[in-house]
Amino acid sequence: MIRFAPILPELILSIGGTILMMVAAFAGRRGSGLTSWLAVALLLIATLALIGAPSHAGPVFEGLIAADLFASFGKAIMFPAAAVAIIAAHGWFERETEHSSEYAVLILFSAVGMSVMVSATSLISLYVGLELQSLAAYVLASYRRSDERSAEAGLKYFVLGALASGILLYGISLLYGFTGTTNFTGIASAFARGTPSLGLLFGLVFLLAGLAFKISAVPFHMWTPDVYEGAPTPVTAFFASAPKVAAVLLATRVCLDALAPATDAWRQIVIFAALASIFLGAIAAYGQTNIKRLLAYSSINNVGFVLIGVAGAGVAGASSVLFYMAVYVPMTLGAFLCVLWMRDADGAPLENIESLSGLSQTRPAFAAAFAVFMFSLAGIPPFFGFWAKLVVFTAAVRAGLLPFAVAGIIGTVVGAYYYLKIVKIMYMDEPAAPYGRVRQPVQGGLILLSALAVSPLGYLLIGALQTLTDKAAESIF
Amino acid sequence: MNGLPLLTILIGLPLIAGLLCLFVKANAARWIALVATLADLVLGSYLWALYDPAGAQWQFVEHKDLGGGVAWALGVDGIAVVLIMLSVFLMPICIGASWRSIEKRVPEYMAAFLLMESLMLGVFAAQDLFLFYIFFEGGLIPMYLIIGIWGGAERIKASYKFFLYTLFGSVLMLIAMLYMVATAHTTFIPALMAYNFPVDAQNWLFLAFLASFAVKLPMWPVHTWLPDAHVQAPTAGSVILAGVLLKLGGYGFIRFSLPMFPDGSAMFVPLVFVLSGIAVVYTSLVALVQRDMKKLIAYSSVAHMAFVTFGLFAMNRQGIEGAMILMLSHGLASGALFLIVGVVYDRLHTREIARYGGLADNMPGYALLFMVFTMASVGLPGTSGFVGEFLSSIGTYHASTWAAVVATTGIILGAAYMLWLYWRICFGTQRNADAAAMADLSVREWWLLAPIAAAVFWMGVYPESFLRPIRADVGRLLVRIDRAAPHYDAGLSGAKAEARR
Repeated sequence: MIRFAPILPELILSIGGTILMMVAAFAGRRGSGLTSWLAVALLLIATLALIGAPSHAGPVFEGLIAADLFASFGKAIMFPAAAVAIIAAHGWFERETEHSSEYAVLILFSAVGMSVMVSATSLISLYVGLELQSLAAYVLASYRRSDERSAEAGLKYFVLGALASGILLYGISLLYGFTGTTNFTGIASAFARGTPSLGLLFGLVFLLAGLAFKISAVPFHMWTPDVYEGAPTPVTAFFASAPKVAAVLLATRVCLDALAPATDAWRQIVIFAALASIFLGAIAAYGQTNIKRLLAYSSINNVGFVLIGVAGAGVAGASSVLFYMAVYVPMTLGAFLCVLWMRDADGAPLENIESLSGLSQTRPAFAAAFAVFMFSLAGIPPFFGFWAKLVVFTAAVRAGLLPFAVAGIIGTVVGAYYYLKIVKIMYMDEPAAPYGRVRQPVQGGLILLSALAVSPLGYLLIGALQTLTDKAAESIF
Repeated sequence: MNGLPLLTILIGLPLIAGLLCLFVKANAARWIALVATLADLVLGSYLWALYDPAGAQWQFVEHKDLGGGVAWALGVDGIAVVLIMLSVFLMPICIGASWRSIEKRVPEYMAAFLLMESLMLGVFAAQDLFLFYIFFEGGLIPMYLIIGIWGGAERIKASYKFFLYTLFGSVLMLIAMLYMVATAHTTFIPALMAYNFPVDAQNWLFLAFLASFAVKLPMWPVHTWLPDAHVQAPTAGSVILAGVLLKLGGYGFIRFSLPMFPDGSAMFVPLVFVLSGIAVVYTSLVALVQRDMKKLIAYSSVAHMAFVTFGLFAMNRQGIEGAMILMLSHGLASGALFLIVGVVYDRLHTREIARYGGLADNMPGYALLFMVFTMASVGLPGTSGFVGEFLSSIGTYHASTWAAVVATTGIILGAAYMLWLYWRICFGTQRNADAAAMADLSVREWWLLAPIAAAVFWMGVYPESFLRPIRADVGRLLVRIDRAAPHYDAGLSGAKAEARR
């Protein structure tokens, strides 16, 4: 008898999503508010359903997925992040009378894809989850069809994403061909049998390259600034948070589970990608004048840090990745919600960094929240982002990767410059034209909540969070 | 102990007051800040009074495990107590100095200062390695804002330079900390102070910590951020920068570098001596040719801090005690000198030395206090500077006579640039009508400067009050580093035995 308990959250989301699609089709434009709140409710119910989930159910469905604590931890971050992305769209699309209900439904389907990704223990489910998530994301990127930039972003994302999927699929086929299995455990034992053959190594490299595209690690990051800039801001907020968590966690599981015996082989790739991402993300952000492009480079930079944790390997490495993502998501979502509030007096969105000038004098609370996210993303103590960085560097040092930790930590200084620049513009420059008011109390509450989470108050949660990430990390081994 | 978490209150009070400031108007913010800093001064004095020099090494200990490898662990020894005292003493004076001269965005200004105070006190009180780092680095943010928002014309550049320089030094220290924790399996500073790291690792660890503290102190050649930061910062910002923030570097050497890596320290004593020697001579000469008062005092700070490093790395009792007194003395004297500059800057809005002259005629009270602090800065007997410079020179002499020769030239050069500065400003003919028309010190300015003058004399005449709390701690430190202490060319035959004793 097939047991459905391990995939309860996915069931809730896919059945609920399908029903919502029906609602959307019949209710038309009038139903958009209703569908989006229902979608938020579904995501929260799915998050609650995680609580009852078994902490270590092991592989289910013939080893296709594992409903372990690692996956649950990832879902517990992603589902709320997806809900925030839906709430973020309130009051955004209405301006263009475009907010149709499909937005929320697409996010729901993307969330299903993401939760398959974080649970995948087989190359097949990996690919299916990734594609489900990506397809929804391609549509979301081009959601404002009438806007050229949005259409371009969607097309670019789709073409490059398809290329990456091709590379990934090629890697999968090589791995399958040389090991005879698509199961992570089977692949791991194939790698453990003596020196891996050239075919296996090729498969590994292609697989990692495909994943690097999804997490936008250098050198597969090129799409990120364009897509982040072109996509509607709520969609960008979504891309930077939940799908990133899913792809990072997927890459972590692939590296630390399926490829664990070949650690020496992938570690150099991951370290290269990590350091390249940190430095490129930091340096390329210097000249940006568009806040969304700047945050795109910031996300590339942050992926570099989380990859340092992946390179740390072992339970400590996996735990540091989870910790980093748990802190990264509120920082990023908070920052993008602030971007969402950058509107001129008529309510038209602004993306120019210069428009933030003197914000601390016209809108002190807004500026303070934005500054908190910037300092936290830069990893400056006492903000919580610092501790997330500390955790990944600790994992790297424990794994004997001291030189790389040194290089990465120097990267934080390089990156600090442009985060400081935003603070400087908000606090030290003369005020520009004041922003228009945004009347979205829920979004305001979310900004406050995430600012509090990454403020020094976050340190009160360290103990609980660390215990949880340690337990979750152990569940994949 | 009376059960009250005194240190937490000391740190938390300014923080809460600072948050409160953000929600009120300018005048209320000024009063909140003044009351909070005065309350902290009272608490700090209470702490000083309760501290038992003959008691346990760590007193007022608090420990609350936060999990995840960090703890809210606080506790002070004598060295921390006197530095906390210095901070809480200078803070109300800083608030007073900003009372009228800051008109722009007062609530935020006061909040930044109060936040600064809590972070500085946290640095001195922290007993957990990462907690220390958080406080140490966190202090960058309020100072960055203070320089960047309320500073002079070149404030943006100065604030970036300050932030990025210090951050770069500190992240290297962070790496060293990660290694230490991975090796020693503890973040508890007293435990680490007793831990013996492998000798070859100590060299690297020492260099990493040096990178951070050398920038903070600052030592030549990484001092270049300091003149910029001082010149651009508002008066009170300079006071706190010179008075307390520079001391974090010296405190770091005493708390971390020396006890944790004695062998590493011994290995790099020549390096530190050479850098300090260059700093003493070079920055004194640079100070001599400055046209801007604040810049001159900023360079003199670098020279004085080089005395501190000489004393510390002589690794004997006189040297370390002298360095401690010198840090306190410099905190008072150069903080006061920045206030002195601020007094005339508020009136004439220029810091150019040539614009003043003959102020002793129209501002006799000002000239008197200026003289006191000049004397403290050049180390006249009877002032605090003398005790510090004398002790640290003796200590250096025991370690190396050549180093002592170089160091003492700094005393002469210091006298030269300070006395010349004083002469140009207070004596001579009155060249400018507007300078000659300035009014003498107001009551508020007297209230700011007189307490510092009193403290300078107290420390100069009866340094025992400040030496007593630190004596036992210096003794414990010496036990740890004695074997590593340098004895290069102790010229006089008795000097070696003297130093050993």
